[in-house]
Amino acid sequence: MKYIDEFRQRGPALALAQQIEALTTQPFKIMEVCGGHTHSIFKYGIEDLLPPNIEMVHGPGCPICVIPLGRVDDAIALAQTPGVIFTTFGDAMRVPGSRRSLLQAKAEGADVRMVYSPLDALKIARTNPQREVVFFALGFETTSPATALTIVQAARDGVRNFRVFCNHITIIPALKAMLDSPDLQLDGFLGPGHVSTVIGTRCYDFVAQDYGKPVVVAGFEPLDVLQSIFLVVRQLVAGQAGVENQYGRAVQPEGNVRAREILERVFEPRDYFEWRGLGSIPHSGLRLKPEFAAFDAEVHFGLPGLQVADPQACQCGEILKGVKKPWECKVFGTACTPETPIGSCMVSAEGACAAYYNFGRLSKMAVRSGLKPVPLGG
Amino acid sequence: MPAEFTPSPLFERVERARRRKPVIRDSHITLAHGSGGKAMRELIEGLFVEKLRNPLLEKMEDQAVFEVPSAGRSGTRLALTTDSYVVDPIFFPGGDIGKLAVCGTVNDLAMAGARPLYLSAGFILEEGFFVDDLRRVVDSMREAATEAGVEIITGDTKVVPRGSADKLFINTSGVGVLDHPVNISASRARPGDVVIVSGTLGDHGTTVMIARGELELETGIQSDTAPLHSLVAEMVDEALKRQALEDIRCLRDPTRGGVATTLNEIALAAEVCIRIEEARIPVREEVKGACELLGLDPLYVANEGKLVAIVSPALAEPLLERMRLHRYGREACLVGQVESTPAGIVVMATGFGGTRIVDMLVGEQLPRIC
Repeated sequence: MKYIDEFRQRGPALALAQQIEALTTQPFKIMEVCGGHTHSIFKYGIEDLLPPNIEMVHGPGCPICVIPLGRVDDAIALAQTPGVIFTTFGDAMRVPGSRRSLLQAKAEGADVRMVYSPLDALKIARTNPQREVVFFALGFETTSPATALTIVQAARDGVRNFRVFCNHITIIPALKAMLDSPDLQLDGFLGPGHVSTVIGTRCYDFVAQDYGKPVVVAGFEPLDVLQSIFLVVRQLVAGQAGVENQYGRAVQPEGNVRAREILERVFEPRDYFEWRGLGSIPHSGLRLKPEFAAFDAEVHFGLPGLQVADPQACQCGEILKGVKKPWECKVFGTACTPETPIGSCMVSAEGACAAYYNFGRLSKMAVRSGLKPVPLGG
Repeated sequence: MPAEFTPSPLFERVERARRRKPVIRDSHITLAHGSGGKAMRELIEGLFVEKLRNPLLEKMEDQAVFEVPSAGRSGTRLALTTDSYVVDPIFFPGGDIGKLAVCGTVNDLAMAGARPLYLSAGFILEEGFFVDDLRRVVDSMREAATEAGVEIITGDTKVVPRGSADKLFINTSGVGVLDHPVNISASRARPGDVVIVSGTLGDHGTTVMIARGELELETGIQSDTAPLHSLVAEMVDEALKRQALEDIRCLRDPTRGGVATTLNEIALAAEVCIRIEEARIPVREEVKGACELLGLDPLYVANEGKLVAIVSPALAEPLLERMRLHRYGREACLVGQVESTPAGIVVMATGFGGTRIVDMLVGEQLPRIC
């Protein structure tokens, strides 16, 4: 496939891996902030190509993984409200709430529909004027501009039965929280690629300037990830800390100004928003501005809004902070599997546990070696 | 997998959990129970097989093969199968629900090495459904049956009130005869065997997804819906010619859940490791592109005109040559091999140079694909 295969080639990967190995003189801990990177790392076995003294720490940039249990329960309560059509991205269907998932709520009679975009949800609202249509808005700056645009369209066209249950979050406050966390001793970061198409690269300057850690904004193909690791290591070895952009084919330093304008117009930061595993982070969540309150599901419907603690067995919190590895969790792969997830990290393909279970468990679970590809005859 | 593979305690723990007897714990049926993946296995093994248990059913093949005793000589071996079709939309590029209903059942018979003889057809029609559409569907059933050399000899019609079904559901059952003493079963895969697929993967599922129009994509991709009995007959003939009938170990048509799920079923049934090579897996460029956009993995996407064959290494080359002469096997190729450990697992050597597990499908990736 053109423009894809070029970024998945073995030859250049091995060359990059050798360069990384030659450079790496001491142990480094590098966090990939974004779940998309976690997915690539496991899917393509990138860790197998890295020298043992580079440790990849899987960050909190998986929107499905960081949604707290209480918000999932609220979503399910909305979906079960008589007359409501609840629309959601497919990933969110299987996230366990404290009693059931949206998929189960749907089976029990709630009208839950999968959409690919908030605009599809708005279309459903237009074709079902007698029903309340709620969109489960999730994600970072990659998805929030589309939600904002949809709300603006709904307002412009006077759609009166469309609401948004807003759980949009922003990456910079979370990054700051990670940097301030005493648990974590990170050396550098792979910056999120898709989020940065919107927010640009300048907003990471504080990581380099105030915390002295390098950030490389990275693309998602395996060669992108490897090259970005190389760039981080190169800075570390040279004793530098700066912001680099490996994903120049998609990310501009100033980001997408129009997308940010529409975000500004529709959303405002919440004082606090709860993240699964990370707790409450100031100014990390978005809500609809008062002038768009008519579209705010939280204003329109009474929600339970309870804070619910994670199940005791679940160690998603430690995993999201990168303090624990997925396979160090007691229930990993036994009680908690992608089909019966206990924690959210096992649900999304971007979650560290699911990526690990689906792609990575062989290499980590074999007692080393014996895993080199064997050429087939014939 | 080379012999050096030594599982760690964690690996063993996870494998034990993975092989726990499937039990259905849910209180309601969810779409995941129909997806062809793990949840469906739980429903089938944990409820249907559990309650209806008998030796033929317990084999859990796509069809049951049994002997009809006849006086004075060894009996005739027949294959029996049934399948319901609920695809949405009912018309899609490369086929429709009628063609699918004939081909799908013919293929389930063919995968036992049987020659399909007769089909039944049950129609569940929603009040208000267009008769012209029904006419089109039945026309294509007739065409498909003619190509497959089968006749539809009995049927049933039900009409349900608007909303109780979606337009049209079709059930077909089929019976076929085994002309040769073949012994084709998932449990017969053994280390050293090779894995063959008869052509490109993911065409059907991708086509149906796009035909739903939810994504407003336009592509030239077509469903691969086709009857495979004559391809299988050629394969059996090649094996017979070489006195190697036993060398065709297992045939499966990778429908829902795709090749990944089929290979996992074989790996578990035969207690072997199946190792495939990503670079060898045939996927059309357009399908790759569409899957990339849709976030799907072609390995998990349904096929309706492809088969997976596990055969002995000795038979592989001549068999491939023979398959490539057939219109439905032109792109047949070898994609992997069977190894002994780690048993019950499918692994893939990625084009990128890593090795990863290819597990069964989880969740309801694509409902109503067939």
